[in-house]
Amino acid sequence: MEFQVPKNEYTGKINTVKLGKGDLEVKVGGETALPFHTFEGEIPNKPIIAIEVYDSRPKGWPESVDKYYRDVYDDPVKWAKKCIDEFGAEAICLQLVSTNPDVGDMKPEEAAELTKKVREAISKPLIVYGAGSLENVAEVMKKVSEKNADTSILIGWAEEENYKTIAAAAMGYNNNVIALNPLDVNIAKQLNILLTQLGLPPDRIVMDPSTSSLGYGIEYCYSAMERLRIAALLQDDKMTQMPIICNLAPEVWKVKEVRESEERYPEWGDLEERGVNWEAISAMSMLIAGADILVMRHPKAVSLVKEIIKELL
Amino acid sequence: MALSGLDIFKRLPKTNCKDCGFPTCLAFAMQLAAGKVELEKCPHVSEEAKAELAEASQPPILKVEVGAGEEQFKVGEETVMFRHERTFVNPNAFAITIDDDMDDVDERVKKIESLKYERVGQILKIDAICVRNKSNNRDKFIKVSEKVSSLTKKPLIFVSSDVETLKVIGDKLKEKKPLLHGADTASVDEFINIGKSTGCPIVVRGKSFTEIMEVTEKMRNAGIKNLVIDIGSRNLKEDFYNQIALRAAAIKKKNRLLGYPTIVFPCEMTDNPLKEALIASIFVAKYGSIIVLANPSPQNIYPLLVYRQNIYTDPRQPMQVEEKVYEIGSPNEDSPVLITTNFSLTYFIISGEVENSKVPSWLLVMNVEGQSVLTAWAAGKFVPEEIAKFIKRSGIENKVKHRSLVIPGYVAQLQGELEDELGNEWKVVVGPREAGEVPRFLREYVSS
Repeated sequence: MEFQVPKNEYTGKINTVKLGKGDLEVKVGGETALPFHTFEGEIPNKPIIAIEVYDSRPKGWPESVDKYYRDVYDDPVKWAKKCIDEFGAEAICLQLVSTNPDVGDMKPEEAAELTKKVREAISKPLIVYGAGSLENVAEVMKKVSEKNADTSILIGWAEEENYKTIAAAAMGYNNNVIALNPLDVNIAKQLNILLTQLGLPPDRIVMDPSTSSLGYGIEYCYSAMERLRIAALLQDDKMTQMPIICNLAPEVWKVKEVRESEERYPEWGDLEERGVNWEAISAMSMLIAGADILVMRHPKAVSLVKEIIKELL
Repeated sequence: MALSGLDIFKRLPKTNCKDCGFPTCLAFAMQLAAGKVELEKCPHVSEEAKAELAEASQPPILKVEVGAGEEQFKVGEETVMFRHERTFVNPNAFAITIDDDMDDVDERVKKIESLKYERVGQILKIDAICVRNKSNNRDKFIKVSEKVSSLTKKPLIFVSSDVETLKVIGDKLKEKKPLLHGADTASVDEFINIGKSTGCPIVVRGKSFTEIMEVTEKMRNAGIKNLVIDIGSRNLKEDFYNQIALRAAAIKKKNRLLGYPTIVFPCEMTDNPLKEALIASIFVAKYGSIIVLANPSPQNIYPLLVYRQNIYTDPRQPMQVEEKVYEIGSPNEDSPVLITTNFSLTYFIISGEVENSKVPSWLLVMNVEGQSVLTAWAAGKFVPEEIAKFIKRSGIENKVKHRSLVIPGYVAQLQGELEDELGNEWKVVVGPREAGEVPRFLREYVSS
C-alpha cells in the first residue's frame, strides 16, 4: 500500500546566535525545521538549558528547591559554578533583581562588576536579565555590556521603550540582546525591525515571548511561539527568525502549585516531585513550541528535560 | 467538510423546491458547506448522494467513543495541525494501567478514581483504566477485567495479545463499550468478527503506516470504523514522529485509512514516573488521543491534567472565571476590597499575589467576557457605570463595613468617575499596575 509521509516544505532558517567567546562559545538556533522535526530538516544545535543565579539571597523559595542552593546564596560565583558542575547547566542566567530599586539597592556599576566576576569564573555562556522599569534595565545593561565588552554575553531585556539604549550597549561592546514581546507575534517582529534598523545584526538578537507557567496561560505563549516558528520557517519571514529564550523559572516557582504543602493539598501529592513536574512540563511545552534557550531552576527538572531533549534529537 | 458548496450543489436535486427552507438548492448547498444545516433538511436527496455527501462531510480524523454512560469519552474529530488555527476538538484521554498480576486492584482503582480536580470551573479527571494481560493467563485476565469493570464506571481499555481472551471480554462487557487492543495484520479477520458482534471500538496496531493501512482498510470494508491507531515502537523519538506523521497524513493528505484517533503508551517507554509524565506531556501537545500511564501519583497526574486543559483551550476565546466575590485568606468586615476582571489569567495572577501578601482580602471579579483589565476598559466593559452596577449586585456591601475599593493601576483614570457613579459612598483607591507589586501594596495599605 502506498504511503508517503507529508512533509513541510521549509523555506526559512532560524538565525544562529553565538553565546560566549572562545572555548566556551555555544551556538543556538540554526534549525531549518519545526522543533524536533529531525525528519524534515536540520537541527544543528540542540536547545540549551541555563540555570538561574541571583545577585542576592532569594526570599521565599520553597524548601523543595531552596535546599539545593542555600549554601551558595551569598556567593553568586560559587552558585554559578555549582549549577554547572553539579547540575549540568549549559549556561548561567544571572537575574539582577537587586538592581530594581523597589527590591534592592544594587547600582548599575556594582551589577556590572558582579556580572564580570561571574562570567570570568565560569566555563559556560552568560545570560543577564535586568529588573524593574525599562529605563532601569537599560541603565544597568549599559554598564553590564561595557564591563563585559567583546564577550558575547546575552543581555536583556529590550522593549520598544528602551531598545535604543540596549541595542547601543550591545553593538558598542559586541554582546547579544534579548528582545521581549508580550506573547505577540507582531510586536516581536516590530521590535526586531527596530533593533536591526539601528544596525544591530539579526544574529545578535534572541526573542523572549514573555513565558508563563503551566496553568497560568502557558498556552498563549505556546501558540505565540508556534506562530513565530511557522512564520520563520514556512514563510521565510526574516524578522521572526531569531532564536527564542524562555525565562521560565521565575514564572513557575511563584505559582501556588509548586509552593503549597502536601499537608494543605493532599490531592496534589508530593511537593517536590510536583514542582519538578510543573517546571519540566512547562519547559517541555516551550521546547515543543520552539524554545532554543530555557532558564530553569530545579536540578531534577533540568536533568529530566536534558534527557528528553537528547532522546528527541 | 472537504466539499465546497458547488460540489454539494451538483449532488442535490436542483429543483429549488424550497422544502428545506432555503430559496434555492444553491443557497442550501452553501449553508451545508458551512456546516450550518443538516442534509436531512432536504427530503428529496438521493440515497447515493446522501452516502457520498456523508463520506465527504466526515472529519479527516473520525470520532471514536469509548465506554458508555456519563463517563464515556470521545476522541478524534481533529481538523488542524496547530491549535492557533482552530481549537483542538476533543481533549486527549488519559488512561492508567492495571495489570492482571497486581495484588492491589481494589486499591488501585480507588486511587485512580480519586484523581479528580476542579480548576477554572472544569472537572479534571482520569478518563479510563487500561487493563493489561501481563500474566499471559487467560482466566486470570478475564477475572481481573471483570473485577475492574465491577469497581468502576470509567471506560476500559483491554490489552492482550490473545485474541480469544479479548473476544470473551468483549462479549461479556459489550454494554460498556470497552476499547480492545488490538488487531494487526494477522488477527484482523478475527477482530472484524469481534467488532461486528460486540460493537466495541478496536485498536489497530502495526509497525508501519502500510501495516496499519492494510488493517484499517479491511476493517473499513467490513463496515468497522470505530478504530484507534497504535503505531508505537515505544521509542520516544520514533513515536513523536509517528504521531505527527499520522496527523499530517489525515489532515493534509486526507488519508482516510490513517484518519483515526491514536493511542500512545508512555508507560512502556520508561520506568521513571517523572519521565513518564514528561513524555506524556509531549503527546498532549503533539497528537496523542489516548495516553496510557502506569503511575497514578497525584503529583504526576495533576500537572498533566492542567496541561491538557491549557492546550485544549479555545485560543480565540479567553478563559473565564466566574463573576463573584472571591475570599482570599479569611477576610473579615475590615479586610481590603480589590476589583479585577474575569480573564482567568488575570484572576489567577492577582489572586496568587494577594495570597502571597498574606493579607486576607476580598477580590471582586467582574464578568467582562474574559478580557484583561486594559482590553475590557478599551472595549467599554470595565468602565465606571458597569463597575458601579457590579459593586451593587456583588453583595460586597453586606460583607464589609468600610467603603474603600482598590482598582487596578492601569485604569487609574476611572477613580473620580467611579466614585461619582457609586454616589460617593465608596472611596476609590488606585492600586499597583503590576500584579507583582500587589503584596507590598497590600501590606502598606492595611498598615496605613
